[in-house]
Amino acid sequence: MSNMLHRTIHLFRKGLRLHDNPTLLAALESSEVVYPVYILDRKFLMSAMHIGTLRWHFLLQSLEDLHRSLTKLGSCLLVIQGEYESVLRDHVEKWNITQVTLDAEIEPFYKEMEQAIQALGGEMGFDVLSSMGHTLYDIRRILDKNGGTPPLTYKRFLHILSVLGDPNAPVRNLTAEDFQRCKPPSALGLVEGYQVPRPEDLGIPQQSQSPWRGGESEGLQRLEQHLKNQGWVASFTKPKTIPNSLLPSTTGLSPYFSLGCLSVRSFFYRLSNIYAQSKNHSLPPVSLQGQLLWREFFYTVASATPNFTKMVGNPICLQINWYQNAEGLHKWRMAQTGFPWIDAIMTQLHREGWIHHLARHAVACFLTRGDLWISWEEGMKVFEEMLLDADYSINAGNWMWLSASAFFHQYTRIFCPVRFGKRTDPEGQYIRKYLPVLTNFPSKYIYEPWTAPEEAQKQAGCIIGQDYPFPMVNHKEASARNLQLMKQVREEQYGTAQLTRDDMDDPMEMGLKHELSEENPKKGKRARNREQT
Amino acid sequence: MKRGRKNSENKNSSLEEIGEESKKQKIADEESTKISESPDWGNLLPDIILQVFQYLPLLDRAHASQVCRRWNQVFHMPDLWRCFEFELNQPATSYLRATHPELIKQIIKRHSNHLQYVSFKVDSSKESAEAACDILSQLVNCSLKTLGLISTARPSFMDLPKSHFISALTVVFVNSKSLSSLKIDDTPVDDPSLKVLVANNSDTLKLLKMSSCPHVSPAGILCVADQCHGLRELALNYYLLSDELLIALSSEKHVRLEHLRIDVVSENPGQTHFHTIQKSSWDAFIKHSPKVNLVMYFFLYEEEFDPFFRYETPVTHLYFGRSVSKDVLGRVGMTCPRLVELVVCANGLRPLDEELIRIAERCKNLSAIGLGECEVSCSAFVEFVKMCGGRLSQLSIMEEVLIPDQKYSLEQIHWEVSKHLGRVWFPDMMPTW
Repeated sequence: MSNMLHRTIHLFRKGLRLHDNPTLLAALESSEVVYPVYILDRKFLMSAMHIGTLRWHFLLQSLEDLHRSLTKLGSCLLVIQGEYESVLRDHVEKWNITQVTLDAEIEPFYKEMEQAIQALGGEMGFDVLSSMGHTLYDIRRILDKNGGTPPLTYKRFLHILSVLGDPNAPVRNLTAEDFQRCKPPSALGLVEGYQVPRPEDLGIPQQSQSPWRGGESEGLQRLEQHLKNQGWVASFTKPKTIPNSLLPSTTGLSPYFSLGCLSVRSFFYRLSNIYAQSKNHSLPPVSLQGQLLWREFFYTVASATPNFTKMVGNPICLQINWYQNAEGLHKWRMAQTGFPWIDAIMTQLHREGWIHHLARHAVACFLTRGDLWISWEEGMKVFEEMLLDADYSINAGNWMWLSASAFFHQYTRIFCPVRFGKRTDPEGQYIRKYLPVLTNFPSKYIYEPWTAPEEAQKQAGCIIGQDYPFPMVNHKEASARNLQLMKQVREEQYGTAQLTRDDMDDPMEMGLKHELSEENPKKGKRARNREQT
Repeated sequence: MKRGRKNSENKNSSLEEIGEESKKQKIADEESTKISESPDWGNLLPDIILQVFQYLPLLDRAHASQVCRRWNQVFHMPDLWRCFEFELNQPATSYLRATHPELIKQIIKRHSNHLQYVSFKVDSSKESAEAACDILSQLVNCSLKTLGLISTARPSFMDLPKSHFISALTVVFVNSKSLSSLKIDDTPVDDPSLKVLVANNSDTLKLLKMSSCPHVSPAGILCVADQCHGLRELALNYYLLSDELLIALSSEKHVRLEHLRIDVVSENPGQTHFHTIQKSSWDAFIKHSPKVNLVMYFFLYEEEFDPFFRYETPVTHLYFGRSVSKDVLGRVGMTCPRLVELVVCANGLRPLDEELIRIAERCKNLSAIGLGECEVSCSAFVEFVKMCGGRLSQLSIMEEVLIPDQKYSLEQIHWEVSKHLGRVWFPDMMPTW
């Protein structure tokens, strides 16, 4: 190892922040010049994930913000459009680069990119430095502690964490001095081709009705507001909703964690301090810290499970014969199910890019095991496109959860698309806001307007079947059928279901499985064999 | 063994011939003998190959069968074709693979008389159900012990013309004569075809699952109960349950029933009225089969529960797949002393404290409970667990069901409950997305 200082490109992928950025800090401490680069490889991004308009806006805003923050410290963000490998090749040569630093990510497409960059480094003679900045822990340590495989239940996961101790502390803040030493030629940032593009430059619609603005600064501001009310934080318990929390949150942070505009470690430690001071907080999982741990759990499982975002070839996922129903999927996606609770949620999702997690549970259950029996992969793709906090591991993990394909086994709990909404917001304020066509229905009917007599519909100025669709399924029948299907699947794939299940505490004829019926004596072996095929 | 033979051969040769040339020749012969008689995978005993093949999934076995003639012969031995699951999926409508049509042809051609335990898994398309019927109609040489028709998505057998389905099914009923287990939920089976089943298999039938078979009438199922005295497991919809049926299942000639599952659903849209069963019928039933598991699934609206739980009901496993009122749960506590397992999908916003305590008091056999969208105060919950104690081997409560009160917060609850259960317990959690 030479003592020579590097000429470094720091590659931002996620991790769009300056606070608690260990990789960037390492870059600054080891270099004589650092080029903060974001490669906007559109083709790569679009092949890796679905990105809708709102997400593009959020990303571009975050890049703008990063650029401003870097400029304040005497540096700048260099956004380069193009295919990442050739961009790197060109600029490594142009700028005489000896080191590329980047956060390690667990998504397969990012891992592949990192490998390609390593290979390029070998070829062109530059070092590659990567460290985990996006999670609380180094995921590999968690896997190690669990014998090389991911803990597949949340309880087991918490147990492993308790053995590991607290996560790594956030690293120190960057200063102007750090950048003073390492600044790239200052003119670069002003040159065409290195600026953050505007939406219209990328052919993306300009308008965005979303109240969420991207970027580290916005994220930090929200964080402060969030933490300001210490008493509230300390008593944040179960997700019992009040209608207001369905509305766009002014202190919501999930999209900022997703893109790495905020550091999860910093948040974790801020919360720990608050808890230490308050007397009456609730332990994970319902606490805010618990939310971070759920995220970590899904990241861990995703990092070590092949085909995590698919059903076929995914060892922890039940293989279910979901309906291929393009029309049904379309209605769900376009908020035309005829169930106001579901449609209002999907409308908010389109318009704003964020919905409360209970809302996510409702629409996810409705699409999959509750009513439509459509594959969770379809829902996951729609969420990926629309949700500002769409995240490879968390999205897939939660969809498998909600569809009872993995992790979740109390499949008898089917959320009712009428009752669930009624409990959450009895007056229907949420419905009225996002589905104005139903505004004039009295609260009695607003969750099931098809039950309103003709007169009432006329009075409300909305005829069901005309101005607003009929319900697309009979929930009672659909859910009854789906319950049986799910039961059958689980009996047949008992082994797979057990993988992500805690040992006990789940009734549904547990004691009666395969004991009474006199069937094929070889079935056990065959069933095992079939699972292996 | 072979080696032994080889050695004795050599010995004989060396005694017979003395000349060096002959010895050399013999040595050369030895070598080639060694090569041709060395242990050979192809020469394994068929029984051994069969044993190994039984562990292989079908696809691997099929590949193995291409290795040599001996292995191919073993592949086609009857033992390997006793049970088969036909998976019928249309690529346009299913994510899962289907059994290869060529394989299906082969099975019908060479192995249909070996088949004994057969199931058909069909997806939601009519073509798959048709293909299943097609195969069924060709199983004339079969004497099946088990037959299962399983819809993995929409009930596609119901899309078929009824006569088409019935004639295919009848082929099996008539030819099998020793059917022991039959699963025909969600099919258009009817009374006459049940008569055919009974006429040919009454001595052997032990298990019959036929939930959601709308063309069967109470008389049709009664015929089965009257004739099939060995029936031990039965699953059907509530409308088929009658006093006569329960009496028939309790006749002297009938074996003890082990498992009766009843789905209580509205058969027609708007149906709110359900017939009643006499208490005396249930009493006779339990007297005859005191250990029977009586499983009841309810998919009703709250106002439809009127005829139920008005007197002692011998149900052991009770599922409320939708919302059920406090009032009904209260009645359950009063009338279900045999209750072993209770799952409530949803209730409402008022706490179920009294109802749970009563169930703990009066359902002394309760060992499993699951609560979904309900509310219970922490104190009442602790009391409930205390009363049940260690007999609760399954306790599944969503976190948000529990309401903290003066005495207990959510943290404390987990300790108290664990203490009374004698094991570590947590409520079920949902991730905050």
